[in-house]
Amino acid sequence: MNLTLKIWRQNGSSDKGRMVTYRVEDVSPDMSFLEMLDVLNERLILEGDDPVAFDHDCREGICGMCGMVINGVAHGEQKLTTTCQLHMRHFKDGDVVTIEPWRSAAFPVVKDLVVNRSAFDRIIQAGGFISVPAGSAPEAHSVPVPKADADAAFDAATCIGCGACVAACPNGSASLFTAAKITHLGLLPQGQPERESRARAMVEQMDAEGFGGCTNTGECTAVCPKGIPFDTIAQMNADYLKAASK
Amino acid sequence: MAVTGAALVLFLIAHMLGNLKVFMGADSFNHYAEWLRTAGSPALPNRTLLTITEIVLALCVVLHMWAAVSLARRAAKARPVKYAAKRKSQAKGYATQTMRYGGVIIVLFVVWHLLDMTFGAVNPKGGDATPYDRMVAGFQPDRWWVTAFYLVAMVMIGLHLRHGLWSAFQSLGLTRHPRSRGALQTGAAAVSAVLVLGFVVAPICIMIGVVK
Repeated sequence: MNLTLKIWRQNGSSDKGRMVTYRVEDVSPDMSFLEMLDVLNERLILEGDDPVAFDHDCREGICGMCGMVINGVAHGEQKLTTTCQLHMRHFKDGDVVTIEPWRSAAFPVVKDLVVNRSAFDRIIQAGGFISVPAGSAPEAHSVPVPKADADAAFDAATCIGCGACVAACPNGSASLFTAAKITHLGLLPQGQPERESRARAMVEQMDAEGFGGCTNTGECTAVCPKGIPFDTIAQMNADYLKAASK
Repeated sequence: MAVTGAALVLFLIAHMLGNLKVFMGADSFNHYAEWLRTAGSPALPNRTLLTITEIVLALCVVLHMWAAVSLARRAAKARPVKYAAKRKSQAKGYATQTMRYGGVIIVLFVVWHLLDMTFGAVNPKGGDATPYDRMVAGFQPDRWWVTAFYLVAMVMIGLHLRHGLWSAFQSLGLTRHPRSRGALQTGAAAVSAVLVLGFVVAPICIMIGVVK
């Protein structure tokens, strides 16, 4: 199939940036979205042009590096799918595809479709850890964890930190990411000692990074490739309110 | 947002129940309006409870709007470069997308509604008529455009509460389980529908002449 791509090109953070139209021909329906961009980039390199910069690493949907807004939807319209796992069979011959980077004041564009997500790292640094001597793996039965808590904590822990939640949020909020980390640690016994200080520090860091406020629109969880539950945001709010009321 | 919204919802429920007194006749309705002014008397001077309620509600409206405006401003600052492609909503729920412009329509409605029914400034009977006469005169067929605006505003309030009611629980951290969130969302839809129906039934009955 042949596609028309409208891609955001921006040569560094000080460049103003613009949408540039490209044609890609003979796209196989078996290609992933990133492989389709690889084909475009190979041609651009042969023609002496600057290839389109985009983030990618594992290409199997588990690392959280890739991510672009495809036709107005973070990671494209396929549910529970990262951009690298989005396949071209979901597109039709002649489609016009708009490709943009995550748009957030807290995620400055590095180049083209690559954004700097260090804001997420700083939120983690603010409290997304447990301060216990970890050592080697303990005997599994030494600290019992209720099954329901273990499942909920694991669901939250599957967050890969790609940033699609921020990109999709009409408010540019990072609540789902922050909530996933707070819920993941807050539901487990090892996370209890710092539960409240963690919620408080991470929420305050999230606000300091310039993300917007949550209005419970649910766009984040709808585009999340890992399906992080919306309820984690309620957990974050509960833990934060408890910490703030002391 | 959640706390002020909750106070306003409690007021709306009381207001809707009070409105329904219009079906019990002019005396009942006017007596209820009078009771609102004299409640607590003689222990308290007339209008004490009413004035306190009015101040609390006005404060809630102002704080609710302040919270909404600050969230909107933060949102604008959080995304200085907009998307070129129109953002396609992936979440279910139309109501969520009406919150900001719906809120503006609702506040404009509240201003008109106070001028019409409370102060009588834009009411055909004026401020000196009984509350029942003002209400019946306000929704006569020749003032169909007022009734139409009223109905639009009620639908907007319904949509506002469809999202706002359960969203308040989420903001206060009370929906930590998919089941409780599901139940709250269904409950929010039911309460919104009951409120909208309770509010629109009186004006419609007046317009078609069932209540005179």
